[in-house]
Amino acid sequence: MSASTTVEQQQPPAKKPSGNGSGSLSGYLGQNLRQYGMVAALVIIVVLFQILTDGKLLYPNNIAALIQQNAYVLILAIGMVMVIVAGHIDLSVGSVVAFIGGICALLISDHNVPWLLAVIVSVLIGGIVGCWQGFWIAYVGIPAFIVTLGGMLLFRGLAIVLVGTTVAGLPAGFNNISNGSLPSALGFLADLDGLTLLIGVIAIAGLAVAQIRARRSLLRNDLRTEPFAAFAGKLAVSAVAIGYITYLLAKSAGGTPVVLIIVGVLVLLYTFIMNNTVFGRHIYALGGNLPAAVLSGVKTKRVNFMIFVNMGLLAGVAAVVTTSRAGAAVAAAGNNFELDAIAAAFIGGTAVSGGIGKVTGAIIGAFIMGVLNMGLSIMNVDPSWQMAVKGLVLIAAVAFDILNKRRAK
Amino acid sequence: MTTDTNPILRMRGITKTFPGVMALQDVTMTVAAGEVHAVCGENGAGKSTLMKVLSGVYPHGSYSGDIVFEGQPCQFRTIRDSEERGIVIIHQELALSPYLSIAENIFLGNERASRGVINWTQTNKQAAALLARVGLDEQPDTKVMDLGVGKQQLVEIAKALSKRVKLLILDEPTAALNDEDSAHLLDLIRQLQQQGITSIIISHKLNEIAAIADTTTVLRDGRSIETLEMNGPEPVTEDRIIRGMVGRDLAHRFPGHTPTIGAEILRVEGWTVHHPIDRHRTVVDNAALSVRAGEIVGLAGLMGAGRTELAMSIFGHSYGSSISGQLYLHGNPVTIKSVDVAIAHGIAYATEDRKHYGLNLIEDIKRNTTAAKLQRIARFGVVDTAQEITTADRYRREMRTKAESVDVPVGKLSGGNQQKVVLSKWLFAEPEVLILDEPTRGIDVGAKYEIYEIVNRLADTGKAILVISSELPELLGICDRIYAMSQGRITGEIPRAEATQEGLMRLMTMDKSGAVR
Repeated sequence: MSASTTVEQQQPPAKKPSGNGSGSLSGYLGQNLRQYGMVAALVIIVVLFQILTDGKLLYPNNIAALIQQNAYVLILAIGMVMVIVAGHIDLSVGSVVAFIGGICALLISDHNVPWLLAVIVSVLIGGIVGCWQGFWIAYVGIPAFIVTLGGMLLFRGLAIVLVGTTVAGLPAGFNNISNGSLPSALGFLADLDGLTLLIGVIAIAGLAVAQIRARRSLLRNDLRTEPFAAFAGKLAVSAVAIGYITYLLAKSAGGTPVVLIIVGVLVLLYTFIMNNTVFGRHIYALGGNLPAAVLSGVKTKRVNFMIFVNMGLLAGVAAVVTTSRAGAAVAAAGNNFELDAIAAAFIGGTAVSGGIGKVTGAIIGAFIMGVLNMGLSIMNVDPSWQMAVKGLVLIAAVAFDILNKRRAK
Repeated sequence: MTTDTNPILRMRGITKTFPGVMALQDVTMTVAAGEVHAVCGENGAGKSTLMKVLSGVYPHGSYSGDIVFEGQPCQFRTIRDSEERGIVIIHQELALSPYLSIAENIFLGNERASRGVINWTQTNKQAAALLARVGLDEQPDTKVMDLGVGKQQLVEIAKALSKRVKLLILDEPTAALNDEDSAHLLDLIRQLQQQGITSIIISHKLNEIAAIADTTTVLRDGRSIETLEMNGPEPVTEDRIIRGMVGRDLAHRFPGHTPTIGAEILRVEGWTVHHPIDRHRTVVDNAALSVRAGEIVGLAGLMGAGRTELAMSIFGHSYGSSISGQLYLHGNPVTIKSVDVAIAHGIAYATEDRKHYGLNLIEDIKRNTTAAKLQRIARFGVVDTAQEITTADRYRREMRTKAESVDVPVGKLSGGNQQKVVLSKWLFAEPEVLILDEPTRGIDVGAKYEIYEIVNRLADTGKAILVISSELPELLGICDRIYAMSQGRITGEIPRAEATQEGLMRLMTMDKSGAVR
């Protein structure tokens, strides 16, 4: 080979008539068992409770409530996936939610700060809390388990000091964040909210365009793609699911809940961060093989610090949502939120050893737990039993994961 | 104390294979009762594997051949089985628990206890007696972490004695010891010999072997080559042992290459590195070397010579503590104290241990390819994933990495193809200086040839290449110039035309006192 043919030269890859690697459908499903298993579990649980509750689970108002009640887990689970992928854990988020919720309510009720400004300040304080914990973890080198266990006690204590028991009397605009819906600006189509339908159509169209573009890019570069049947089937099922949820929400009392928009934007944003930014890649790199990441020039301390700053910001958002939902700040707010978020991440396929995990997975994990809660509540099952069931589901999900990996070997 | 004809151990026709590699092939070794028997060979010759077969680390059935100890055939399934018969192995990395006391370590797994309750009086009393036997003047309740490496080695031997050892195997016992501790250890082995304990000692230090061994078995490429009587009528010199260790033909295993050598790119002067934890131990001692554009420079040395440590400390201080010395790039002094700065300066280091330090095995080829310089295909922190795919695919084709696509997780690739991904990763980082640490370790002959071709091609594009290898034929086959290291020092520099395996091995086994400066 001559010296001129170097690896630095741009050579467009030769095109083949068809994308290679499009293995058989069954082989493909086998390889992606975990991913589909999660979605399948969610569907099975929904169908099961739909039957057990005589169809009450999927009442339009229950769907809106499901989203509003679980918004905090969805938000926290996003940050928790990033923390766990990097090989850490955060036990403090529940206490941080109570602490920041207290500050937010006090700013509004005692200091007459406009509620929108108070929301922004709350999220920023979340970032500062994250800086505090990130400093000890990343730069001092204390394990995250210890730092956030300390944070759990510290911020719970501070929340009780600040709040006492309850700070109530918050304005309607603020309470609307977690209890209200988007205004019916486009009127109604039969008994369906027009704006909700529009959002649903945009969501389906956006999903289809994004998926088709991604597939085209893979085919153009002659890369492995999923079989067309799987691709089309997945897209069709997703479209029907979104369509059905849209229909239910459009039929519900309010239409689209405000928090759904917040959660939706966060999911899209963080999926992008995890897949397409240098920061996201570095999280996977250091979680997957820390020494290799260090020897690849990844500034691991900085990445670890930023992961906890980010977790703090999201805890700030969750605090706003939680306080708004309750219409008041409560010192005991956010109890066990950290465990809900951690469980959502693990049920959603995040690896205990780090390096593997998806934002969308954690969202599905959170919904699995949310549907369990709601279904059992409708059936009037005692909350203690609900907790026990959630615990079993967590163990079953991770056991499935481990057994599946062993089988693959 | 010389060898009588009564063997305590006979290993016959030992063959051990790992997937794709034949580690031992028909190895025969006979150890006479009461002797000190040395085992010599290059890195990878099979010494440690043979000892693991003997001690039951590799259970009976995972190898073929017979082991006869004291006239009885042995079928060890675990280390415990071999220890019950009186065969104890002391590994190079000491297996002591640092937070436990000397006495607790000696009787770990073999506690002085009745009905599960430890008898501390007996534990400490018996430990003190054993410590006296190995000449270690320490209290039995001293924590092992408070001892130096030399004393820890003695604790290991005391532990072996507590198991009524008959055959003591020492793997590189003096590699981490200073001269005084080494001398003491060798004395102790002689004393134990007088008490009737037979020893097998694996060592790279040929002067020690010449001094202490009664018999030497030489291994090469997994075969037993010869057995030398050290105290016979003709004295066995170090050169004689070296001839057995390296005598191997150099067939056409290397692609031809005419170098085009340009200006100096990397120069290192007065480079001294200390151990990251044991800060008083010098790992690299006043090393100096240079590499020019288009030049392939080799770094030869045996295990523990400090080659990897030298390379990693140059690569953004990624190894070691209290590093001193000066780096020059294109003749200009530079200070590089972190890996990202090293990469920004155009230095790349492809590790010897690609699974643990080189690749993220759960990620795919494309993400591993771009990992060391992700910002090259990112704008404002957002990665251009389409460009990532095409770029990674270009490297895959250039390197002829055998994989369906760049979406395949690297954990599923063969060793040779993983190594190609490692090379892709570092080429993507656009280095001027490329340090390749054991670039062909654990990969088959065909893939090795391909790697050599890639290395030649890279040199032709003007990169300065430093190759660390334990395989002397490889260094002789691909390098334009070779440095030899021994015990942290660079003991010589030989141009390709003058280099021979024997000459290099002499420099690689050179004692500190005789080091060329």
